[in-house]
Amino acid sequence: MFDFTTVTNWLHELLLSVMPAWLTTTVECILVAVFLLLAYSVLAMIYIMYERWVCGWIQCRRGPIRVGPGGSLQIFADVFKILTKEIITLWHTDKFLFFLAPFLVVMASVLTFACLPWGKGLQFIDFNIGAFFIIAVSSIGVLGILLAGWSSNSKYTLIGAMRSGAQMISYELSVGLSVLTMVCLAGTMSITGIVEAQADGWFLFKGHLPAIIAFIIYIIAANAENNRGPFDLPEAEHELTAGYHTEYSGIHYGLFYLAEYLNLFVVSGIAALLFLGGWMPLHIPGWDGFNTVMDYIPSTLWFLGKAFFMTFIFMWIRWSFPRVRIDQMLALEWRYLMPMGLVNLVVMAIVVTQGWHF
Amino acid sequence: MADLQQQIAALCPQAQFDTVDDMLMVTVEDAQWHALALRLKNDLHFDQLSCLAGVDWKDSIGVVYYLTNTDTQDMVHVKVATTDREHPMLHSVSDIWAVANYQEREAYDFFGIVFIGHPDMRRFFLRNDWVGHPLRKDYDENPDLNPIRLDDEQNEDYTCTYVEDENGNVKKVDGKVFEDDEYVINVGPQHPSTHGVLRYRVSLDGEMVKKVDVVSGYIHRGIEKLCESLTYPQTLLYTERMDYMAAHINRHCLCMCIEKALGIEVPRRAELIRLMMDELMRLSSHLLSYGCLTMDQGATTAFFYGFRERELIYDIFDRTCGARMSMSYSTIGGVVADVHPDFVKDVRHACDVIEKNLKEYHQLFTGNVIARNRMVGVGVLGKEDAINYCITGPSGRASGVHCDVRKTHPYSLYDEFDFDEVMRTEGDSMARYMVRMDEIVQSIKILRQACDKFEQCEGNEYVAEKVPKMIKLPAGHWYQQVEASRGAFGVYLESDGDPKPFQKPYRLHFQSPCFNLIGVVDLTCRDNMIADLITITASIDFVIPDIDR
Amino acid sequence: MEVKKPKIKSMRYEDFKDNEYIDNLVEQLNASGVNVVVGKLDQLLNWSRSNSLWPFCFGTSCCAIEFMCLGAARYDMARFGAEVARNSPRQADYIMCQGTITYRMAPVLKRLYEQMAEPKYVIACGACTISGGPFKNSYCVVKGIDEIIPVDVYLPGCPPRPEAMFYALMQLQRKIKVTKFLGGDNRKEKRMEYVPEDK
Repeated sequence: MFDFTTVTNWLHELLLSVMPAWLTTTVECILVAVFLLLAYSVLAMIYIMYERWVCGWIQCRRGPIRVGPGGSLQIFADVFKILTKEIITLWHTDKFLFFLAPFLVVMASVLTFACLPWGKGLQFIDFNIGAFFIIAVSSIGVLGILLAGWSSNSKYTLIGAMRSGAQMISYELSVGLSVLTMVCLAGTMSITGIVEAQADGWFLFKGHLPAIIAFIIYIIAANAENNRGPFDLPEAEHELTAGYHTEYSGIHYGLFYLAEYLNLFVVSGIAALLFLGGWMPLHIPGWDGFNTVMDYIPSTLWFLGKAFFMTFIFMWIRWSFPRVRIDQMLALEWRYLMPMGLVNLVVMAIVVTQGWHF
Repeated sequence: MADLQQQIAALCPQAQFDTVDDMLMVTVEDAQWHALALRLKNDLHFDQLSCLAGVDWKDSIGVVYYLTNTDTQDMVHVKVATTDREHPMLHSVSDIWAVANYQEREAYDFFGIVFIGHPDMRRFFLRNDWVGHPLRKDYDENPDLNPIRLDDEQNEDYTCTYVEDENGNVKKVDGKVFEDDEYVINVGPQHPSTHGVLRYRVSLDGEMVKKVDVVSGYIHRGIEKLCESLTYPQTLLYTERMDYMAAHINRHCLCMCIEKALGIEVPRRAELIRLMMDELMRLSSHLLSYGCLTMDQGATTAFFYGFRERELIYDIFDRTCGARMSMSYSTIGGVVADVHPDFVKDVRHACDVIEKNLKEYHQLFTGNVIARNRMVGVGVLGKEDAINYCITGPSGRASGVHCDVRKTHPYSLYDEFDFDEVMRTEGDSMARYMVRMDEIVQSIKILRQACDKFEQCEGNEYVAEKVPKMIKLPAGHWYQQVEASRGAFGVYLESDGDPKPFQKPYRLHFQSPCFNLIGVVDLTCRDNMIADLITITASIDFVIPDIDR
Repeated sequence: MEVKKPKIKSMRYEDFKDNEYIDNLVEQLNASGVNVVVGKLDQLLNWSRSNSLWPFCFGTSCCAIEFMCLGAARYDMARFGAEVARNSPRQADYIMCQGTITYRMAPVLKRLYEQMAEPKYVIACGACTISGGPFKNSYCVVKGIDEIIPVDVYLPGCPPRPEAMFYALMQLQRKIKVTKFLGGDNRKEKRMEYVPEDK
């Protein structure tokens, strides 16, 4: 299987040979940032179209088909339009916070995005507490949403923001617990470590019942983290018109929109990382021929394929379930998911120490 | 009826009696009215106020009340009038029948009749700063008095009530709608889940609803006033634009009322066509309310499923009437033209498809645990309240009220058909939703029987009775009720017997079912969450232009 | 650079009505002369704006039901990329006013229009919004929403069929495609300056 470290090492050596070490680091940082943002925006655009087509398919419609061949240029039209749309500034608001909010939301999702294992040796940030870092930075987003709701000086946005705060902080726990469960199984917090640990079988199949429970908890909690249906209360269209971003127009609203879809990719990516082996190909012990064939598929494709598959599940859930109510949502978390997650963590610890997993 | 007359005469000796439109009419003075009303409700069990129509008789101004006994389905109507045109005052019956609360506000708005003892005497349909009362015959239509005002309407937190002391002096007492420290949010008039331009002002405590103040009139188009300047066939047009989800049914009702006044018998084929169109309309309406209810709860896909089947029904309308929504198909004396040759085939096909796909709806939404949690036990409306607020239609039957006009006062050919009145007793959102879903099955059953009957009377292309070109009704008044998609729709028609060639209705009042439905919004939503407000109003299911007219 | 006549996918130019209006706009643009760079940018902007029209859900009566049919499976507004119906006026591109506007609703409609972000367009959908329709003689119905807000496309019908709504949408696309944005806007309605009372 092709290892991307050869490319990065070659580039590093090349740069070192022509410039001093500090400049090399600077250039590399800039390159990484450019590549990261490029990947971010391209993926967000792909995801928006993906959702529109999947949603159309589920709802017996065609979805966008008229702009460009098969509707493929639809998203470019949307992007150009939203970039040139007027940005409305409101009176009687805290303008600094109002403008800061969308950037905070985007920042949180970019940082989380950077941790994903893109392929063998292809990772933007990789350090020994990677899983911990993901949990930490992903919760910056709630700050942006709270600020957006608060600074808009409107009752609807305020209710949306408060709901969002309560929801994201609660479900952070469940996400954290299921991540911890898998970290426990992997024995490391490093992203590459977790992926390497799944070389002989993905955690979903290796970890017995606790892994499956953690997977289900993760799917529910990640949906809530993402403010997607059935937990789309913060922007509940039919209650709060557009929730916390009611007052945002133009590209500021575009940023929220972008972050929403990228977060979808991020949670799908993390699910792929923790339960479906990241970029690791499907290996079945004993089937050597099969394993070799699987290894020929590039690792990046594996990762993207898994992420897209997980996203499809998230979309399926979103488009078929009605929305829960705020008290039911909190009860689900605090009465069921969190205790279950805690017990699950203990069970996983026992499984690991006794060596009962495959 | 003579028996009833004696009983009422015993309660109120001053009352005068008459028989109009095969129904007992009682005329009383305002002074005795409140006491009589109380006795009528408590002693004679007239527990439902079906219709309240204000009328300006030029020399006097007053109100006609239609009362129903929900046990025996007997009806009686009472006329109360005052000759004081400057400051007309009547006693309020909103303490006896809760539905009178909004009805009396409407009469105040239209005629300027002040109801003594009414707790909340504000305008209902028109702006606070409106000059005059439009349905009075002496209303000044000068556009300078009421120009288009583009300044925002000020929220009215103050209300007033008129109190009578022992000496008979009436005094105005101010009251408040919301306290100063309440967190009031504004839902509507432009809000995705008010299903139009209704506006609630909701007082919140966290996410809990403390009080809902319904502000209506954002689509009040003055249909009743417009009808007074048109001839009878022209008035039919407006019935389809009130509750557009019951267009055929409303039009059917007004046609029947005029036919009753004229004494016309409609050909059987036309009556069958009308009945089938009514049931198709009901199907389409219930499918829409399924779609809206699911969409309001966030299950967007279910909405698309409901609309997919509605298109089949629209196709049938389209082929026969040439229009998808405002069909203008019924006419006085029958229907405009015969149906499309494939009509019966299309109806049978639509019935089959909808019956098959109904299972899919239940799989997708009804059994869903979130949907059940959102709807079971939420927004309970008891039977007593439902009768008191005159809640009819699916919402009333979900509370266990026997109120299907097709069964209680069979009209058209409904007594020939075998179908069940869907009843539930829970009175919650789920019951209201399930009643609609079960009524879809019943409508399909009726349609299938109607298809058979229709094929039997094939060969008879006679679809409209001859009606004089210039319709002249004798002086008098008539009341006709039908079961529209959302409840009992009533038409109160008064004619002055004008001998001029193009006679116009003297007063045409539409008693729309949705108007009564908004009365229970506050009752059912209190102490529920703001998200439940959306579910409850969606399950009660009103059409705003039907409220505002 | 020459400004071309607007083209709509799978509809011939001659099949549209009101071609003179569009021809006039094109002539005006050509007469004033357009720089190639600016012209190309304008084309790109107009292309994106005309193909990404997000409606604002504003329905008061019957036309709103037909609008829902427009979004539903058979007609599917999503084909035009217009299924992103926004409930917040700030994020919408055009307001398809469906249904009668009464005196009480008029200030609300005006307020909503003012809340929308530029560029914004208005389609007057249905007879009531054009002239008051069947309610023209009423004491409290606005006789055409153009008394309150500027209208781009008038769509008659009571209510118009979904096909007609698509036609109106395409007419709006055509109109947007001959808009000059860079170097002077050729739309009639100029932006209103809002000065708050306490400033």
